[in-house]
Amino acid sequence: MEQQLPAFIVGAPLLFSVVVPILGRKWRQSAFVIAVATVAVSALASGLSLERVLREGTVRYHLGGWEPPVGIEYVIDEVSAFVSLVVTSVSLLVLVSTRRWAEREAGDRPGIFYGLVLLLLAGLTGIVITGDLFNLFVFLEIASLAAYALVFIGGRRAMLAGFRYLIIGSIGGAFYLLGVGFVYFATGTLNMIEARQLLEEAESARAVQVGAVFIFTGLGLKMALVPMHLWLPDAYEHAPSSVNSLIAPVMTKVAAYAMLRMFLSVFPPGYLSGAVPVADALLVLGLIGIVFGSVAAAGQTDIRRMLAYSSISQLAFIAVGIGLGTPLALAAALLHVVNHAAMKATLFLATASVRFRVGLQRTHNLAGLGPRMPLTMGAFAVGSVAMVGIPPTAGFFSKWYMVQAGFTAAQDQEQSVVVAAVVVAVVLLSSLLTAVYLFKVLEQVYLRPAKPEPSAHHDDEHDAPAAPQPVEQQAVRPVVERAREAPLDVWLPLVLLAAATVALGVINVIIMSNVLEPGVCRYLDAAACDAVLVPGVS
Amino acid sequence: MSDTVASGLPLAAVLVPVGAAVLATLTTGRWPNLRDIWATLAGIAMVAIVVLMLADTLDGRIHETVLLELSPGIDIALRADPAGMIFGLLVSVLWVLAGIYAVGYMRGEHEQKQTRFFAAFALSIAAAAGVALAENLLTFIVFYELLSLFTYPLVTHRETETALVAGRKYLAYTLSGGLMLIGAAAWLHVLGVDATFHAGGLQDDAGLNSIAGLNGMTQWGLFVLLAGGVGVKAAVMPLHSWLPSAMVAPTPVSALLHAVAVVKAGVFGMVRVGVFVFGASLLDDMGAWLVLAVMSAATLLIASTLALRHDNLKRRLAYSTISHLSYVVLGVALIGPLALTGALLHIVGHGVTKITMFFVAGAIHVRTHKENVSELDGIGRQMPITMGSFALASLSMVGIPPFILFTSKLYLGWGAVEVGQQVFLIVYLVSGLIASGYLFPIVIRAFLRSSPDHTHYGEADIRMVAPIAVTAVLALVWGIAPDLPLSFFELASTVTADAFPQSVALAGGAP
Repeated sequence: MEQQLPAFIVGAPLLFSVVVPILGRKWRQSAFVIAVATVAVSALASGLSLERVLREGTVRYHLGGWEPPVGIEYVIDEVSAFVSLVVTSVSLLVLVSTRRWAEREAGDRPGIFYGLVLLLLAGLTGIVITGDLFNLFVFLEIASLAAYALVFIGGRRAMLAGFRYLIIGSIGGAFYLLGVGFVYFATGTLNMIEARQLLEEAESARAVQVGAVFIFTGLGLKMALVPMHLWLPDAYEHAPSSVNSLIAPVMTKVAAYAMLRMFLSVFPPGYLSGAVPVADALLVLGLIGIVFGSVAAAGQTDIRRMLAYSSISQLAFIAVGIGLGTPLALAAALLHVVNHAAMKATLFLATASVRFRVGLQRTHNLAGLGPRMPLTMGAFAVGSVAMVGIPPTAGFFSKWYMVQAGFTAAQDQEQSVVVAAVVVAVVLLSSLLTAVYLFKVLEQVYLRPAKPEPSAHHDDEHDAPAAPQPVEQQAVRPVVERAREAPLDVWLPLVLLAAATVALGVINVIIMSNVLEPGVCRYLDAAACDAVLVPGVS
Repeated sequence: MSDTVASGLPLAAVLVPVGAAVLATLTTGRWPNLRDIWATLAGIAMVAIVVLMLADTLDGRIHETVLLELSPGIDIALRADPAGMIFGLLVSVLWVLAGIYAVGYMRGEHEQKQTRFFAAFALSIAAAAGVALAENLLTFIVFYELLSLFTYPLVTHRETETALVAGRKYLAYTLSGGLMLIGAAAWLHVLGVDATFHAGGLQDDAGLNSIAGLNGMTQWGLFVLLAGGVGVKAAVMPLHSWLPSAMVAPTPVSALLHAVAVVKAGVFGMVRVGVFVFGASLLDDMGAWLVLAVMSAATLLIASTLALRHDNLKRRLAYSTISHLSYVVLGVALIGPLALTGALLHIVGHGVTKITMFFVAGAIHVRTHKENVSELDGIGRQMPITMGSFALASLSMVGIPPFILFTSKLYLGWGAVEVGQQVFLIVYLVSGLIASGYLFPIVIRAFLRSSPDHTHYGEADIRMVAPIAVTAVLALVWGIAPDLPLSFFELASTVTADAFPQSVALAGGAP
């Protein structure tokens, strides 16, 4: 049984993504139950795999017993098991929390909705644990297709946003596939571990360099790296709330993870910084993206759009880590993949909850909401503080390690002092920029009185009506004052996620030293790696 | 030398106010009296805990709580060392008084959202206690940042447009300061320096100053980040402008947080940075002391002068605070045993004196809704105890013997002479003169002029008057006997003796 765990991580959602729509046609209620159970199985399998990896080391699982290069290999190491666990657990909480809203948004076909959600998760977990370059493309497209379809549910404007998402996403996928093709021509293998070994010999091949650029571009599009981010704000804004709370925390993060995976376990260290300065490009675009995303976020009035730009900024932060390429920077980037998944899920879920209770999305209309939805907005506040990076929350530690990585890079002369100084300054500054847009919201929510007449109450055509209220009261009392706390099954997962943003910070040493450090060092020069992760003090 | 005792007491000192915040939130609504009593009870409990550790600290048995590993190789740990105890004692004692005062004030002003206020207030105290007892730089940063966060809702408490703007400014300044500290801590960690505070500077395994071994650029880079980071809360010009804006907060906040906890976290941080991170001798070798001394001396004079032209009482007091914070910073920068003793005493003395003045400003506002100095004619005859206390505090602030600020200024000035920098003695003296210029007119108006309107106001609520009288008397008592009963002088001497092992005799009193 334990040998077959990897199959459950991906296989369960993949199988039930077909079953759910069929059963859902007849028994509407079954769709949600089966979907949640499936995701729980996937999360459990991820957790057990992680436990096994920590005990026994990397697990290489051959699907159907076919050995590579013929068969497809799944590589479960500390990092992939952990990221898979985080993706599935966050999705599980989001699914439970958004059940009521999903039923409203998905209309009369919950089976299709939950089928797509499972397909999305099958794709995402597949990307995380696969050890095969082409298989990664397949899962990337599975996840993307499911995501396009889910965005389309959002109605007329979502159609346009989703269509753009589809076009750009497909181009990204095509770039990636082309790149893989080049690597395949040069090495004759699609298996990541074999490709890594062969690439070390084929270092100077022009074809591989071109391939690397294509792969970088493809995944850069998928992870919305500036200037390839244009699809993301519209898609997040117009997607149904139950969908964007699901795709925003995990979808782009998994693309970032795939990018990291390429740098960590496919292309040998230092390979991408020589003749083809892909790493430098990532670094520069990342630095620009951090500032651009935050500044753009500060200018938004729609809270979903604000969070979307915030995501662009945070993904750029991960790109900076990959671009620096030192063990500590890669570990910090991975830590941020995890932390940001939890933080963004908290923020998007709270936003979705507000949207369905009071139908408001404009930041300036949220005034006075704090005391009326204390748990929801409390979770939003905790998530915001974590995003800003006040210690000891999760967001602080991503920055803490990334700043260290910046200093280390200068110390080891892997980057010039100027570059390192810019990295440190921008990473620290990003904290302040994040505070600008998130405290703008908190200020409205907690410190301003409720407005009598929210402007542009119905932000767009599919705005959900507020919770049912007696008609005579609606006439006199402002929308916000009628707001009540969301039901238990909505706020409990949200509060758990908010607690996780603090807990992930407090226990970060456990994650860093047991999971990320061995996971990263496995692929790099191990002796040098340990010294870097825990410098000086023993 | 001192031993370390594993103990839960330092942690308890931080957790007690957190408990008060939780209880205040839970007992809100139906029982406002019960809610308000938590702060006072917790304050007394906190004083008891700190006093329990005091005797041991003085005997060289330092209580320490190691909580958990926060980053590989760095623990989050609390340690009741003499320097931390000075700040911890001051905050906890004044919290009891401010807690009582705050109830009277908030009820008197009919302030909104009192539960949020009391909870955030208690959490800020917890953060300040954490700053005081932090054993290493990262722990210090954690609490320093939390202090910024928890005081934000207090600054913006009134929820007016001015308050919100002040709040944004407050966050921008204090978070930037925190980021500089984070940058410095990360840098030190990468350099392999163990950032556990140590009198005489951070130490490596061999007991040598570990920053002294770094190259000059790195030393200066670290100095700018660290001194700049704590300099924001210490309101050293040009990083000061958040403080006058923050005066928009309710008066108990201005009194305890922006005259004691937050700003003293800044100057206390300066003591930590100067004496416990760099160490006196390195600060001297680098020449960094001069930068700090010149900036703080300029702040001291400019801020006193600016205080002269403010008619709004709280703003005048705010500039006076900026000026007195730089007394401490200058005392640290002078790197002499006497100056350091004076600086530590000044933290205590200014705390107890300035809190009296803010309490008085609040009491006047609750009774009369007057905020400006020019409106205070004759108020002394109507509120004799309140304004009498203000007069005592003014005498202390100007540095008239035998008040506590006379003692601390004596040491500071003496310290300037000791290290051969007489010019800074003159700075101290001139600033004292200017202080008489912005404080005595208030007292003279209050007592010698007659009230223009013939209404009779009378004293404020007893919950406000009693703390005012107590703090004013403390400023006098601690001036005559700084060790009564909390051994502030002995603690300060111990810190000095640790920081300047070669000149114990001069500091006096230390074993």
